[in-house]
Amino acid sequence: MFGFSLKPRKPNAAQTAKDRLQILLAHERSGASPDCLPELQRDILEAIRKHMKIDRDAIDIKMERGEGLSSLEINIEFPADQRKA
Amino acid sequence: MSKIIVVTSGKGGVGKTTTSAAISAGLAKRGHKTVVIDFDVGLRNLDMIMGCERRVVFDFINVIQGDAKLKQALIRDKRLDNLAVLPTSQTRDKDALTQEGVEAVLNELKEEFDYIICDSPAGIERGALMAMYYADEAIVVTNPEVSSVRDSDRVLGLLQSKTHRAEEEGAEPIKAQVLITRHDQARIDKGEMMTVEDVLEILAVPLLGIIPESPAVLRASNMGVPVVLDDPSAAASAYEDAVARLVGEQVEMKIGGERRPGLISRLFGRTA
Ligand SMILES: Nc1ncnc2c1ncn2[C@@H]1O[C@H](COP(=O)(O)OP(=O)(O)OP(=O)(O)O)[C@@H](O)[C@H]1O
Ligand SMILES: [Mg+2]
Repeated sequence: MFGFSLKPRKPNAAQTAKDRLQILLAHERSGASPDCLPELQRDILEAIRKHMKIDRDAIDIKMERGEGLSSLEINIEFPADQRKA
Repeated sequence: MSKIIVVTSGKGGVGKTTTSAAISAGLAKRGHKTVVIDFDVGLRNLDMIMGCERRVVFDFINVIQGDAKLKQALIRDKRLDNLAVLPTSQTRDKDALTQEGVEAVLNELKEEFDYIICDSPAGIERGALMAMYYADEAIVVTNPEVSSVRDSDRVLGLLQSKTHRAEEEGAEPIKAQVLITRHDQARIDKGEMMTVEDVLEILAVPLLGIIPESPAVLRASNMGVPVVLDDPSAAASAYEDAVARLVGEQVEMKIGGERRPGLISRLFGRTA
């Protein structure tokens, strides 16, 4: 009744699982665990606030862990007219 | 009105996280704004099953403790734009999950989402109690096996006594339904496993669905795809049917793709 039993299994499910785990665990074991991110966020916010007036909620951190490298994307919104001289 | 649904079981490893992922993806596929929350503090796993583990930055506990805003911790699904995941924390400090904190997060989620699915940890400790406390409905995941059924019965008792709806004067009790997973007809035919009828007779709650034991579940978890978003399979269609019933549609009960008219009539007879 379903086509699924006739289709060949994709052979790479187990390999995909292993790859995903290796990437994740490499990051979890290294110091770059997300546990430091709230602090990082606070420090970034503080540093920026020395120079411009921004809101506590105006910071947005996104991360994508990759095999060779990860990216950290930090977006900070600030009103254009609020910049200090 | 948004609905909070806890996926719980007592016993570990029966399929709560698999179910939380499948049900939430199934709801989102039908167009409902859905968020799924991992309550298993210390043992983050839902992110892997949903395939968003590389994108976790902040978590549920960060939000409760005020270290991050809810919108920063929510991970938007890349496949379905009305689906989001709130990952749990890896902290060993279970007390981080406070009732007030959970309530505040749920209230904020209610503003955006139609369905809030809470993936409970195993056991009947704090994490499990927090996951069920504010629920409107419960999906009790049960395998047709003695210790699982016994634990489900225990959990049904807790749903009726240790929750907000149980404590609130005049509130409707939590609507609990059992979802039988890892159903293996071959083993039942051999007399090795209890039948669905046996399980329902003991637990005496309505049946939400019957999910067969299926290699598609392992495949989907390897790939980080909720089973209903992966290739068609018996497990996926059983979960789709369960989702349809969850939103109030009448769908015939099937076991391994076969209709079971006798089962459904017995069911309706029992659930008053
Ligand atoms: N219908 C099914 N067919 C085959 N395997 C299944 C099925 N449902 C769940 N499993 C497998 O059972 C194991 C446990 O599933 P899952 O993690 O969803 O359980 P859980 O109740 O969330 O566990 P825990 O109590 O540890 O949180 C997993 O390996 C999963 O792939
Ligand atoms: Mg789980």
